[in-house]
Amino acid sequence: MPALTAAVGSDMWRTARLVAAKDLGIEWRSRQVTNQVLPFAGLTLVLFAFALDRDDITARVAPGLFWLATTFSLIVLVQRTFAVETADGALDTLRVAGVDPAGIYLGKALALAAQLVVLEALLLVGVIVFYASHIRPAGIVLVIVTAFLATSGLAFVGTLYGGLAAGAKGRETLLPLLLLPVVAPVLIGATRAFEAAFGTRGGEGIRAGVEISDGWPWVGMLAIFAAVFGAAGVLAFGPLLEEA
Amino acid sequence: MSPVEPVPAPSTSFAIAAPVVALRHVVAVLGRFPALAGASLEVQVGEVLLLKGPNGAGKTTLLRLCAGLVPLVRGEAEVLGHNLRTDRAAIRPHVGLLGHQNGLYADLSVRENVRFWGRTAGASDGEINAALTQLGLDGRLATVPAGRLSAGQRRRTALACLIARRARLWLLDEPHAGLDADGRDLLDDVIRRAVGAGATVLVASHELERAKALATRIVTVAGGLVHNESPDDAGADRGGRV
Repeated sequence: MPALTAAVGSDMWRTARLVAAKDLGIEWRSRQVTNQVLPFAGLTLVLFAFALDRDDITARVAPGLFWLATTFSLIVLVQRTFAVETADGALDTLRVAGVDPAGIYLGKALALAAQLVVLEALLLVGVIVFYASHIRPAGIVLVIVTAFLATSGLAFVGTLYGGLAAGAKGRETLLPLLLLPVVAPVLIGATRAFEAAFGTRGGEGIRAGVEISDGWPWVGMLAIFAAVFGAAGVLAFGPLLEEA
Repeated sequence: MSPVEPVPAPSTSFAIAAPVVALRHVVAVLGRFPALAGASLEVQVGEVLLLKGPNGAGKTTLLRLCAGLVPLVRGEAEVLGHNLRTDRAAIRPHVGLLGHQNGLYADLSVRENVRFWGRTAGASDGEINAALTQLGLDGRLATVPAGRLSAGQRRRTALACLIARRARLWLLDEPHAGLDADGRDLLDDVIRRAVGAGATVLVASHELERAKALATRIVTVAGGLVHNESPDDAGADRGGRV
């Protein structure tokens, strides 16, 4: 692990802060999340509600639809965060400038996570309003921890695959193809944990009458996912940028 | 021959008595096309080297190779005393490349762009403000988003970023493109100041009259090879080395 230990230096964190502040500054100016991603995620929720068209079903599947809308929005956010790097050759300049790639990775993941948190907070309100869902008081901690870990995992894996697709031809279509299968564990784990927190039944059989304690094993899986992709990104983002 | 200034390194300090750029029979490919096919070139500290040649001759690839962006397939290459094959990462913090694109973020203001690129190299607020002032980008223009600038203003902003990064080797690809007469004069002044401060500059340009007046030496890039100019062709009679 010497490479990982060496990478976790002050230069990496300084770069991460710079890149995160820059990406959030760009978002603040462009209002991409406010003007495009939030309406897109909201529309996804509404269309699912129209398609299912039964309150008992929408309330039951609300956790899954919440994370599905979040995952679709992640793709739009990742494409945007790397589009600003390639539009005027900034990615090349970052490489020439010798900026620590692990710092770039962590900075971009941090900015992406911050945007996802805002999105998820508003989507949660949407799910409660449109799908007549409610969180059990004892499940609030589970929801917060699940959202934190799932968001970290999505941000890490999104940034890693965004870097992978950044220099590729047809990256707009390539990214979802690469990303969606990899984020499936987050989608499943976060949905199961939210079902436990919401007290909704995922089915008539084995998950009927789900308890809050049933959600915590899934939280463990989300933590492992986030840790694995966080470490993989710190180590692999440099070589990925070289190939981009 | 002037020795190259020591290249600042995190934990070591050493003098390099070697050219800033030393390429020997280098081969670099773009896809399967050999953009450089055995090119050799030496550039000494403080030189302003003009690379001229037709489109597709390999000028841009040569600059990108020196920046460590294009892998070396064959031959030997050293930049600022570092081997391009084995030590590209060590070169990069000391190299500034201004290519066909400017490397700016359209949604950030001029000042935010220069501050970001300056900060990545550890520049202070004073150095960032000085770069803005030198390029005439202080005042109202500093707050304008880069995406709303004219092509010339974007070019000037990219140059300010280069100055703020305190690069020791400047690699400029068609730097005069998009600039008006005042902007071109300003660019020439910036290059002369950078050389005066110890930088070395490689310029690829089709605007030969202006670039020749700036250059201390001229080479022609053609067919992936570098051909030295005769002393008579090196317009500036400032002892241009061949």
